[in-house]
Amino acid sequence: MTPGPVARPEGATHRSGATLARSNRRWFWLFVTPFLAGLLVFVYAPLLWSLCLSFFDARNTVTPNRFVGLGNYTYLLADRLFVDSMVTFIAFAVFIVPLTFACSLGLALLLQRITVLRAFFRSAFFLPTAVSYVIAAMVWRMTFFNGARFGLANTLLTSLGLEPINWLGGENSWYWLALVSLRLWLQVGFYMILFIAGLNQIDPQLYEAASLDGAGAWRRFWSITFPLLRPTSVAVSMLLLFNAFQAFDEFYNMLNTVGGYPPYARPPLVYLYLISFGGGLQDLGIGSAGTMILTLVILVFSFLQNRLLSIGADR
Amino acid sequence: MRRSKPGTTLAYVVASVLAVFFLLPFYVIFRNAFSTQRHLVSPQWNWLPDAVGGSTFTDVLTNPGFGILPALGTSAVVAVTQTVLTVVISLMAGYALSRWRTPASKVILGMTVFTLMVPAMVTFVPTFVMVSTLGWISTYRGLIIPVIFSAFATFLFRQQFLEFPRELEESAALDGASVWATFWRIVVPNALGTVAAVGTITFIGAWNAFLWPLLIAQDPSMRTVQVVLSQFMTSQGIRYPEMFTGALIATVPALVVFLFLQRWLVQGVERSGLK
Repeated sequence: MTPGPVARPEGATHRSGATLARSNRRWFWLFVTPFLAGLLVFVYAPLLWSLCLSFFDARNTVTPNRFVGLGNYTYLLADRLFVDSMVTFIAFAVFIVPLTFACSLGLALLLQRITVLRAFFRSAFFLPTAVSYVIAAMVWRMTFFNGARFGLANTLLTSLGLEPINWLGGENSWYWLALVSLRLWLQVGFYMILFIAGLNQIDPQLYEAASLDGAGAWRRFWSITFPLLRPTSVAVSMLLLFNAFQAFDEFYNMLNTVGGYPPYARPPLVYLYLISFGGGLQDLGIGSAGTMILTLVILVFSFLQNRLLSIGADR
Repeated sequence: MRRSKPGTTLAYVVASVLAVFFLLPFYVIFRNAFSTQRHLVSPQWNWLPDAVGGSTFTDVLTNPGFGILPALGTSAVVAVTQTVLTVVISLMAGYALSRWRTPASKVILGMTVFTLMVPAMVTFVPTFVMVSTLGWISTYRGLIIPVIFSAFATFLFRQQFLEFPRELEESAALDGASVWATFWRIVVPNALGTVAAVGTITFIGAWNAFLWPLLIAQDPSMRTVQVVLSQFMTSQGIRYPEMFTGALIATVPALVVFLFLQRWLVQGVERSGLK
């Protein structure tokens, strides 16, 4: 399965080893250079530049003005909006990752029980993957969770004799219902496909043997499906974690108004967007410091999650 | 596996209810696009549209005030170019990282995996700083080039090539074909499933991208369709039917690509298996 340590030289019959190795290496660099150059210029150099910038005052500019040391970092950590945003979104990640995980796995298991029309159901659950967050936010904001009486959720409430709710207005944190349901609708199908692929790799004979031994569905799931699905589970939960911290599109499009973005439900990226490009500060130094903090938080959390998942594997 | 009868019936009931919920937003886009404003804001909820033969379509497409048509053009150029370049660049890099096991190759693989952990949009402030230094604000270059170096695609291709048998390449090399020719004539045609999967994911991601175009397209003539639709939601003069007609038009291309290539996406995932 794994290829040998070094690529075997081509035309091994009539060339000397040294030339071969060199020409081989040339090919390697030819293939890899476009990608490597892109990574260096658009990922690593900006990160380093940003690390520099985070120690400077950089209002309305991309070049450092004045050295402020850790000033940008202390500014952020003293800003209640930033701390709120980080704390809220760590909680959001802790909540949304297991929820999306469970829903996608649930759908994949549900599809396993279905034989007739299976392709139809799979497509129905998978189709939202093709829709943009902007358009989904439009449907959720203007029709499903519209604060006026004609919104679908409010139509349902009034038909039950209840008062309509201003869903996105901030009261009682109702907006989370809209934000979480949109995210589930849009994301669950993709992870369901990953789980289906994982489930298909499990040998059906294991289930038959377990059934003969008298194991029920619940027991079969916990002693066969879940442990054997581990590689997929690890990949899915990592992708979900990165995704949770990347939230921007649906929050911005559902909550941003003519009057600006409300102070609640600000994902870190929305906070960074507002501080770096929004009306007030336009300070890329503070934006850079925020990027560094966020990157660090993501790295710590993926490390913790990895540890957590490998503890599960030891048992 | 044998299943009990009531369990199966229950599975169908649950799946059908869920399918209705999953398809409802699509229906709502359609209903809103083919209704009148009065119909949509009436206190009495209406399931059916009332202007199926309406002229909102041509109005939304041709009215320069909405700017949908040029935005569709920009989105198409960006999405197609970004997809082609992403696939070619990651194909080549993924191949190199699977076939050459030199120290340099290991370092580059490490850099790729690290990039996987720090998603592109998290570092949008630094990348914006870079693009702005290059003077690429409000250009196609600025919209496309920073987002075509996908660690995810490169990693997927590498995984796929690890399992690709080397015998074909070796026999082509014995026939005197260069590494370059072997790659394009023998390796790539055998990886078309993964190419289709990565291409579909990239195209849909590019067509639906919002944050990056929002930052880069500062000149209104460079706005993509998602940015235009987003601005519909906060502008006063626009009504629901027009807004959702725009949404309908913008959903169709991604949906068509998705429906045609869905099979490849599923197979690609199954083959690479995300191991």
